[in-house]
Amino acid sequence: MSLGPHLLLALMEGTVAAFVLALTALGLALVFGVMRIVNVAHGEFFMLGAVLAWAFAHLIGSPALGFLVAIIASPIIVGGAALAIDRMILRRFNYQPEATIVATIGLLYIIQQLVLVFYGPDARSVEAPINFRIQLPWFGYSGYKVVVAGIAALLLLATWYGIARTKLGLVMRATQFDSETAQAFGIPVDRVYAAVFAIGAMLAAIAGVLIVPIKQAYYLMGLDPLLLSFIVVIIGGLGSLRGAIIAAFVIGISDGVISVFFSPNLSKILATLLVALVLVFRPEGLFGGKAR
Amino acid sequence: MRGPQHRVLALHGSVLALLFLLQFVLPAYHHTNFTSIMVLATYGIGYNILIGYTGLLSLGHAMFFAAGLYAAGLTVHYFNLDPVSAFLFGAVAALAFAAAVGLVALRTTGVSFMIVTMMFSQACFLLILYFNEVTRGDEGIVLTEAARQIGDFSLVNPAVRYNLALALFAIAVALCFILIRSRVGRVLVAIRENEERVKMLGYHTFRYKLLALALSGMLSGAAGAAYALMFGYVGATFASIEYSIYALLWVLLGGSGTILGPIVGALLMFYLVEWTSEVTESYRIVVGAVLVLLTLFFPKGILGTLREKRLRWLP
Amino acid sequence: MTRSKTPKSSSSKSLITRRAALQGLGAVAGGSAALGLAPGFVRYIQVSAAEPIKIGFQAHRTGIGAAYGRWYERTTNAAVKLINGAGGIAGRPIELIVEDDGTDPKRGAEVVEKFASQHKVDITFGTLFSHVVMGSAPRAGELKMPYFVVSEGHHVASGALNRYTFQPGITDVKAQVSSMAPWIAKNLGKKVTMIFPDYAFGYDHRDFFSAAIEKQGGQVLQLLPIPATETSYTKYFPQIPSDTEVLYHVMVGPGVLTFVKEMGEFYGSNRPQIFGFIDSLEAVDIASPGLEFLDGTYFWEAYPRYAQAKQSDADKAYRAAVGVDNSGASLEDPKDVATYSHMFGCWETLYIIKEAIEASGYQSPTAADKKKLIEATEAMKGWKEGNEHPQGDKTFVGQIHQCFGHQFISKVAGGKLEVAHKTEIADGTYEPETDYTKMAL
Repeated sequence: MSLGPHLLLALMEGTVAAFVLALTALGLALVFGVMRIVNVAHGEFFMLGAVLAWAFAHLIGSPALGFLVAIIASPIIVGGAALAIDRMILRRFNYQPEATIVATIGLLYIIQQLVLVFYGPDARSVEAPINFRIQLPWFGYSGYKVVVAGIAALLLLATWYGIARTKLGLVMRATQFDSETAQAFGIPVDRVYAAVFAIGAMLAAIAGVLIVPIKQAYYLMGLDPLLLSFIVVIIGGLGSLRGAIIAAFVIGISDGVISVFFSPNLSKILATLLVALVLVFRPEGLFGGKAR
Repeated sequence: MRGPQHRVLALHGSVLALLFLLQFVLPAYHHTNFTSIMVLATYGIGYNILIGYTGLLSLGHAMFFAAGLYAAGLTVHYFNLDPVSAFLFGAVAALAFAAAVGLVALRTTGVSFMIVTMMFSQACFLLILYFNEVTRGDEGIVLTEAARQIGDFSLVNPAVRYNLALALFAIAVALCFILIRSRVGRVLVAIRENEERVKMLGYHTFRYKLLALALSGMLSGAAGAAYALMFGYVGATFASIEYSIYALLWVLLGGSGTILGPIVGALLMFYLVEWTSEVTESYRIVVGAVLVLLTLFFPKGILGTLREKRLRWLP
Repeated sequence: MTRSKTPKSSSSKSLITRRAALQGLGAVAGGSAALGLAPGFVRYIQVSAAEPIKIGFQAHRTGIGAAYGRWYERTTNAAVKLINGAGGIAGRPIELIVEDDGTDPKRGAEVVEKFASQHKVDITFGTLFSHVVMGSAPRAGELKMPYFVVSEGHHVASGALNRYTFQPGITDVKAQVSSMAPWIAKNLGKKVTMIFPDYAFGYDHRDFFSAAIEKQGGQVLQLLPIPATETSYTKYFPQIPSDTEVLYHVMVGPGVLTFVKEMGEFYGSNRPQIFGFIDSLEAVDIASPGLEFLDGTYFWEAYPRYAQAKQSDADKAYRAAVGVDNSGASLEDPKDVATYSHMFGCWETLYIIKEAIEASGYQSPTAADKKKLIEATEAMKGWKEGNEHPQGDKTFVGQIHQCFGHQFISKVAGGKLEVAHKTEIADGTYEPETDYTKMAL
């Protein structure tokens, strides 16, 4: 294939990947931004969303209906689990950053192993709710992927609206800015933290539901989105939501395009090293403002 | 201070003596398990120098373990280096590598340091796969028995292996002990407690942290080199994130900032997993549960809690 | 071999626990095969007076090998039951001891040690994933533990392992791959693009197939290694040269279904010839949604998953014993698809172990008896197709501890696999690369 269509395809793939990544990473960035903690189990919420989507599709039988139920119910269940984790674990040691990392590594194992017990070691596929193929002059493309990008875009807009325009968003931003002052002004910081942790998990779960008809639900699928989200959140500037979304697109699209020219393994290595170097030499991220 | 000093020496001496004597009573299976646990505990001691005494949480220590593992394994495999030189080369290579990583990574602190080390380690893991032609990637390389011969002693012989592992562990314990009793060690602990204050006192904290990381990496790499030579296998699994997490787990369980914590942690985890795996297939859940329970109830680990409650003199 | 495994729909029956398996075996050993089928009675039956032959089964119950491991375990249990029902090995029942290795090389070595020194088994058997074999084999050699792997990797035949490690039940990847080239060159085309995983298992395919197709006057136009961590594939397809006649794919890992689906979306109906290794779709239903695209493409199979028109009696008996229907799925759950092209190796290896023990007069794990056992195994020349070797005839090369068998090329038609060609054993054999028999015991 000549370079033009090749690049076009890489761009399309990169864009779809970027939308899903943006959704997942936004959850991580939100949690880091407001609560100042790193949730290592974030990828497992993504995986739970995917596995639940399979379960609903399996129970209900019709792909379209199953998908509709899953996209509403899966994030609610995952959000509930996140709330429980917040109450029972994170709050107990007052969100101390290092303890949180260790505890969420533990949760990563626990969630993975529970899924292994109840769901099994297999990767299972879910039929796409909408199945059509777009034929371009040079190649064909999955219609569902375009739908995924659309839904993800809507959800990103909704999240932006929630943060910028609603009371909850205002309270969250106030807590992010200065949690002690927020507390003094009567903001229930505890409850804000719980809500933020749950919303972060729900965003990952929705991304998991969306991705499952493209990939499959598999109990070890959480690691990849976790690492990518880390990359995005760091490049975007730790905790900056705007930065995270810009970074998701830069990473998603460049991953597609770079693989046109370089060996994919090499490009992954370079991306990983780049992130480490960004953290070292530009800790505020490439797109974020100055870190507070 | 004379009293505690004696008690400390007596305690560590008797632990080492006990480990020495155990080889005569342990059944074969546990004999080998203890060999491997002592090597891994050495890795844990290396990790502990950083997290326990300097207060830096790394999630990428598998790269140092793997650096030693591969430096020793590949030179034996390709250049027929003798095991002693290969071991030394492994330790030195890990030292150099850790120092190089430190020059960059130590410009960050806290959570950023954790992520940077994790990213570097992940890059190393991918590099091992990338240079598949040399490393045979995930499948790895088997070192022949002939290559694992030190003079008249074969590393295949369980007794030889056990005592070498014990020697390695003893050296690590001694090194760690000397370090924390030295002026440098006290500065490291001070950095852990309050880096800003140490800086204000005029110390160049970066250099101390670099030294800690280099030593930590060297011990981890020495353990990796020993593992490759003793057990004859070099593979990419050992560079995966899981092996970084294991070091964290052993140290936290045993007690971060205690000399014997890593071996207590490694020993307990090994047998905990061993017993659980007889009951359930998802035995890794124990790893997760232990991590969560530790943060909730025993943030100082077993020996750390013991020190707080009873044995204040425990190093 | 190294692979992450994979897709399947629906729930599967939980594994038989070790204790239950032992009890079941004890019962059969007691000479009461009929009662052995009734689980309620099993535990009260006395174990036969004859001292059992202990076989340690190193199983991938967890980790990336779990989907394969489950079927390896079922096949092994079925064979053990049958052997014990027919009087065991040299009149002694088999006692199977299963230990999970987590598909991890470090744990694998520990399991071998546990078998040797704690369970005191006579033989260790059944490992699949290459890195676990590589990690475990040194321990087996040190402990002088006969170690029979069912991995299809080239590690045994390459000379990398030791005198105690054998692979007599499944053809290695070098032979499998080489034997495909003549048919591909003749029937599908000579300009090949290869898509393979970017690690050791994929490199075996790359190296051995490239050499084999060049021998047939063909050429590899483009190599597309895919990293192990990859989960989306569309971006690689444009790199397939447009003059490609044959697309050769061997993909493993949980991403395989995605791979095939995206390939379908990319090409539509206008595709080159496609030839794949069934490893891509072991334990996956060919009739899964999204796989329609594979219709008319070809697959290597070691052993046809779908019962063919000329099904042998041995295959019928084998399917019935393991509990597999004519579509290669579990009798209890048609969505639970077997790893049919690999698991037969467990069955056949157990019969080879039986033959070796009986031929050598092996009694107990002493140095002298092990020597006899190893030498008797090395002296074997091959096996005839039959109930003990349902996959087909095999030759065995004692020097390299490796067997060679027929391979199959099947065409996907209507959501099934139909055999289009059966290779000769000679198509895949090669000059021995090592001689284990010269090594010290």
